[in-house]
Amino acid sequence: MNGVADSELRPVRGPSALGGGWARFLDLVYLISVTEFKRTYFGTALGYLWSVARPLMLFGVLLAVFTQIFRIGSQVPNYPVLLLFNIVLYGFFSEATVSAVQSIVNQEGIVRKTQFPRLVIPLAVVMTSLINLGFNLVVVFIFVLAYGVDPTWTWLLFPVILALLFVITTAVSMIVASLFPRFRDIGIIWQVLSTVLFYATPVLYPLGIVPETFKDFLLLNPLTPLFVAARAWIIDPTAPGPVTAAGGWEGLLAPMAIYALICVFAVWIFNREAPRIAEEL
Amino acid sequence: MSSARSASSTRAPAPGPLAIQVEDVHKTFHIPTHRIDTLKERVANPFARQEFRRLRALRGVSFEVRRGEFFGIVGRNGSGKSTLLKILASIYRADRGSIRMAGRLAPFIELGVGFNNELTARENVALNGVMMGLSRREAARRLDRVLDFAELDQFVDLKLKNYSSGMLVRLAFAVMVEADADIMLIDEVLAVGDASFAQKCMDVFEQRRKAGKTLVLVTHDMATVQSFCDQAMLLHDGEQRYTGNPEEAVMRYFRLNFAGSSDAEHVPVEPDLKLVDVWLEDEAGRRMENVEQGRPIGFHLLAEARTEVRGPRFGFQVLNVDGVPVFGFGGSLPKDLEQHDRIVPGQRVRVAANIDNRLVPGRYSIACSISRNHSPGDLLLRDVGILDFVVTGTEPNPGMVSVRTDLVARVEP
Repeated sequence: MNGVADSELRPVRGPSALGGGWARFLDLVYLISVTEFKRTYFGTALGYLWSVARPLMLFGVLLAVFTQIFRIGSQVPNYPVLLLFNIVLYGFFSEATVSAVQSIVNQEGIVRKTQFPRLVIPLAVVMTSLINLGFNLVVVFIFVLAYGVDPTWTWLLFPVILALLFVITTAVSMIVASLFPRFRDIGIIWQVLSTVLFYATPVLYPLGIVPETFKDFLLLNPLTPLFVAARAWIIDPTAPGPVTAAGGWEGLLAPMAIYALICVFAVWIFNREAPRIAEEL
Repeated sequence: MSSARSASSTRAPAPGPLAIQVEDVHKTFHIPTHRIDTLKERVANPFARQEFRRLRALRGVSFEVRRGEFFGIVGRNGSGKSTLLKILASIYRADRGSIRMAGRLAPFIELGVGFNNELTARENVALNGVMMGLSRREAARRLDRVLDFAELDQFVDLKLKNYSSGMLVRLAFAVMVEADADIMLIDEVLAVGDASFAQKCMDVFEQRRKAGKTLVLVTHDMATVQSFCDQAMLLHDGEQRYTGNPEEAVMRYFRLNFAGSSDAEHVPVEPDLKLVDVWLEDEAGRRMENVEQGRPIGFHLLAEARTEVRGPRFGFQVLNVDGVPVFGFGGSLPKDLEQHDRIVPGQRVRVAANIDNRLVPGRYSIACSISRNHSPGDLLLRDVGILDFVVTGTEPNPGMVSVRTDLVARVEP
């Protein structure tokens, strides 16, 4: 029995964001997000159709408003597919962050009664939305091709946009999830903020038609360059890329700095709150 | 008492390697007297210092558990037992002190935590296995053994929301056992399930012990401590009052309870009566820890007088988990000429009562009051909890008691 590695006493460090080893962490994220996705979409009568139907319905309404009533849409090349594409991308961000807010409180039983790497909870929420996004993107690309947009080599850059969007979504989810147990009004605040952000991101309109004064303001939003890039690289090769739209590299410094700041803040706040979350609930 | 206990006490005291080493662990909770839990309040009173009440849940706890040992933690509610268990499980962080462990820890302190009612047994077992520290493949491989143990093979693809409570407990226990952790931490394991299942659990724990597994157990059930634990610790108000022989820990626990209020220990007055033992028996006169619903309960108490007590009257109350008295019973010494109606120092009194058990399943405690001179107001002891027990059963029942009824419904002609 002696000499076995297992018989060595090792210090117990208490709860943390990542505790329990990487393999367990990744397994937990995988299992929770996949089962959660299955539960949401396969437990209902229309099943997975719902996950596609939701953005499609919103798309139908907005398309009608912006091509028939406001008519911005008619000036923008490939507007319908751009709109659909943007809605699906932004939908991922807002769905993930809004459900992340209460995620830790909803898993109270687990948090208070098991040793559980805290980061798994918000990350699993983001992963569930990411799976959803994956399915939605299949439908979106079918629409894009059917609309007559020709694939270009820049489509290969799409994973970069996705990765950046995934990271910022995770960071925001970590912030709201770790603050919610202590400040319960984060739930309402974030719901309003994410709606504001929906309009402050070039989702419904291209950045080009925004007046100069507002443009600088919109460029503070770290999501803006991502949506500008998505449009230029996927939907409309003639549209300005993120560098051009921002008026040169300097223009991108502000959103990049804010992006980095949010990520650093997320890691800091989550690490600070993780050991105490069980006591706050 | 029971065969299990004699087995454990005759076990060779070969000191195995240490499994758990706890040194000087402290934990203080800051409980806000007025909780600021919205940003609005925070912004409205940016300089308001939150006021806290300090609750010192643990004050310098140290102990060692060797591999293959069962370690019991006893103490009254609020003594810090569960906090200690949660610190061991890495759910809370200790303020001070160090904890070291050898081997893989099952990070659960209750059965069935993390079960998701919307998922099937198969999915839950996989998820729980991973939480226990298994890899996904290992967890999947153990599925059959888990279902076998729980005797639930036919229900593997049934969602848990359609399981009965008995099935859930069986599944939860099976998951824990089959995770095969080196160290298990358990809070009130026997508070669930029926008596035969509780027995099965105990048999399994015995096997685990022989396999060199370590168990830390928090319980109110003194019989479990006496029959299963190799060592026990008594916590009181976060202080470690005693660690060592389980019999002694149980005795001290009773003494603490019998002495009444928590500061009685600091008052130099000895209680008039010393509780020697208190236990429950089944119809065959065997001691039991849990009572099956509907089966009669034999209640027994043995006390020793410290001072002369004239005309003692013993009163008992059975309280449910919410502290609501369900019923009471009591009595005095028999009135015959042979025996004086008093007890002198050193004399022992045995109280026995057969209780027609109408209790619904749940957790109960018995509180004792003793008065003298046949006057109910002249109390020596007032409502002191002396025993906790669990009524097991799966029949869901509203209310506090199940009364036999004879209901007939018919259509009037």
